[in-house]
Amino acid sequence: MEVINKAKSFTYYRRKVVNIIMLFFSFAAAIITIIPLILIFYYTISQGIAHLNVDFFTKLPTPVGEPGGGMVNAIVGTLILIGIGGAIGIPVGIMTGTYLSEFGKNKFGSLVRFLTDVLSGVPSIVVGVVAYTLVVIPMKHFSALAGGVALAILMIPTITRTTEEMIKLVPHSYREAGLALGIPKWKTTVMIVLKTAWKGIATGILLGLSRAAGETAPLLFTALGNRFWSTNIFQPIASLTVYIYEYSTAPFKDWNDQAWTAALVLIILISLLSLIFRIITRSKYKT
Amino acid sequence: MDIVKDRETFEKVQDYFKKSKEKKSSGFLNKILGTNNLGDIIFERLTLLFAVLVFLLVVFMAWEMYSHSTLSIKQFGWKFLINSTWDPAVTQVFGALPMIFGTMLSSFLGLLIAVPLGLSVAVFLSELAPAWLEKPLSFLTELLAGIPSVIYGLWGIFVLVPWLRDTVEPFLQNEFPNSPFFQGAPYGFGMLAAGLILSIMVLPIISSISRDVLKSVPDTQREAAFALGATRWEVTKIVLSNARSGLFGAIMLGFGRAIGETMAVTMVIGNRAQISASLLDPGYTMASVLANEFTEATTDLYLNALIELALVLFVITIIVNMLAHLLVWSTERKWK
Amino acid sequence: MDMKIHEQSEVAAAVEEIKVHSRENKISVKDLCAYFGKTKVLKNITMDIPSKKVVAIIGPSGCGKSTFLRSINRMHEVVGGTITGSILLDGEDVMKLDPVYLRRKIGMVFQKPNPFPTMSIANNVVAGLKMNGFRNKKALKGIVEKALKQAALWDEVKDNLNDSGANISGGQQQRLCIARTIAVNPEVILMDEPASALDPISTAKVEELIFELKKDFTIIIVTHNMQQAARVSDYTAFFYMGELVEYSDTKKMFTAPDKKQTEDYITGRFG
Repeated sequence: MEVINKAKSFTYYRRKVVNIIMLFFSFAAAIITIIPLILIFYYTISQGIAHLNVDFFTKLPTPVGEPGGGMVNAIVGTLILIGIGGAIGIPVGIMTGTYLSEFGKNKFGSLVRFLTDVLSGVPSIVVGVVAYTLVVIPMKHFSALAGGVALAILMIPTITRTTEEMIKLVPHSYREAGLALGIPKWKTTVMIVLKTAWKGIATGILLGLSRAAGETAPLLFTALGNRFWSTNIFQPIASLTVYIYEYSTAPFKDWNDQAWTAALVLIILISLLSLIFRIITRSKYKT
Repeated sequence: MDIVKDRETFEKVQDYFKKSKEKKSSGFLNKILGTNNLGDIIFERLTLLFAVLVFLLVVFMAWEMYSHSTLSIKQFGWKFLINSTWDPAVTQVFGALPMIFGTMLSSFLGLLIAVPLGLSVAVFLSELAPAWLEKPLSFLTELLAGIPSVIYGLWGIFVLVPWLRDTVEPFLQNEFPNSPFFQGAPYGFGMLAAGLILSIMVLPIISSISRDVLKSVPDTQREAAFALGATRWEVTKIVLSNARSGLFGAIMLGFGRAIGETMAVTMVIGNRAQISASLLDPGYTMASVLANEFTEATTDLYLNALIELALVLFVITIIVNMLAHLLVWSTERKWK
Repeated sequence: MDMKIHEQSEVAAAVEEIKVHSRENKISVKDLCAYFGKTKVLKNITMDIPSKKVVAIIGPSGCGKSTFLRSINRMHEVVGGTITGSILLDGEDVMKLDPVYLRRKIGMVFQKPNPFPTMSIANNVVAGLKMNGFRNKKALKGIVEKALKQAALWDEVKDNLNDSGANISGGQQQRLCIARTIAVNPEVILMDEPASALDPISTAKVEELIFELKKDFTIIIVTHNMQQAARVSDYTAFFYMGELVEYSDTKKMFTAPDKKQTEDYITGRFG
């Protein structure tokens, strides 16, 4: 009896100790995960803020060795690129998402759902290669359009899946109310269901746009880059991300410094984007 | 007076509907399509069209890359995958082996660190953390996933690489002077830096998907275990074993992300097409070759070889992602 | 003698036939069976709904009363159900009508108030008109007022017509849904337990409203509350296990039902 009790209490304490160790380990892991986040933000802000001035937002880049200058062309370029990407990607994503939620309860629907998931895992550089063969080769030169097409392909999976999920969240009773009023199904879907789900869909669009704004790889050989002012979508165009890449890998100290500033501006731009979107999509009524 | 006005408005409504009914029933298209509402049909077909478009897009991507890499495919055949020479300058011989090796090794290193950490974070978030801590922590890990790759690279070049070069790599060489993994000059740039950066980047993916998978395990499983007198960790072990295939899927998704990751890796890996056991040596990945050399490809064969490399990368990521999604789905569906 | 009986029943059948097609009956249901997949939820229902009266349908939950209601305006098929038999609206087979057109003639109020959350009160009322392209602003304004007055909601919301339809109380929401249904000017209104999610005061208001509405509309109301059925309806039908057990004058139904089953249900012995 004694022996059994002893053995029992030993396993009991062992279990207790293992329990505490494992709990502590998982908590420590959560903290460790946060460290790089803090470090990256700390460096981007502290290094980037040194060269953050009005010139950065109003002037063009200067040639090597000449100090100062800004990246106004890259800021505008990034906006144009995500604009083109959105103009193509948003409608395709919303329509496909609507199809999946409204009519996609069949084999083809499952296939498309599966393929959008797979598409979301395709490396962005591969999408860049496709945009190169699709747009750059026929046009025979790099262009903002090619970059926009690449970004659109990257946005489609995010927007499609969020649209589908958000439409599914709209209570069936609204749909029934619409149909019972003698409103055709398509109008019920567009004017009632989509409108009700709009806030969630907008979040998906925002996510797609802000990811696109941070993409570099698919732009390297589509939009290429441009040291001058250009808003022509059929010509190469500058972007913040490509500048960060070029300036950080260049052997010039002042370029390196500006790369940090560009990174800070990019993060600010993405945050602003999310803020503006939140204001636009804020519903008229509290719910 | 009021009644008269009311009647007028309602007559207007009635007239309107009558007209719209006549309009609808007269259309011969409706009879062909077998339904009364043309709008519904158009709407369904239109959304279907876009769904087909997305379906074709994936197929088309593969075809597009294949048709633009025929030169290289003809010239090198399957040898492309096992040849370790990548020489665009002189002999124009292209073999992808060093890049495949570099991609796999760097991703593997990344997972080596990210998997235990990511799973622990997922366990913490889904099983242990109080609600007030779970939300901000989830938010922060998602924020980590939202940082652009090029900013990771920037941080890698100016913070991580100098730290590795001056502190970590000399330390490793001192501690393990005979290990084949830590030979050569400590540049900072190299496989180790790439692996570390990748681990930070795939960690949020692994942790957030694993968290979702764990959350899909119903609470009744936990309650049953608690009722038997299990400790919290023992309960967690049961939940983990229940969610095994889903967690494996989450890791696969992280792997898929790691092999396709371009900018951050390109910026810290050193970009040299060689196969070396030393983690301190520079390497190359499929994605970083594309980022580095695509605009410099002067000959058609060179360009074709690069596009073929993209095709190989595409096929690998598609296979990895398919497996991953099937695994995640199978777990999440099990509990529905 | 035998001959006479035969003749009599033939005459009765003929009278029945005439009744079905006469204007007295707004809706005639004949041999209606409804299915979900292979499950039969309604079994050979035959009943007439007289014009501008309130017909209450009672019965324990799962007896098919909601399905019956949803068969009439073809909402049953929206959730994937099928029906056999016939439902005539003014002598026209509803299965041959365009469902969109049919639902404008037969409005429906649901169990849970479901005003559209993205629209104002005014826009909720005229949603059915606006979305079908009726854009006469002056007329719309008049209709908003009239429908809200008819739904006894006007006085409560007339100063905040532009507020969200989702921000008013549950009882008000349900009356808003009734106003929305009236605004399309249907001929029949189907009500699927319209007061089951409401407090007693709101319930009383909705019941009062039903009493007013029968001047202009034919109303079929499904309820599991027998007192409510007794209060508001002219006729009552008792459904049990997908079958129509008894259908008669409400007063008779609640005082001297023909069938034992009905009596048991009404006196609370089961259900």
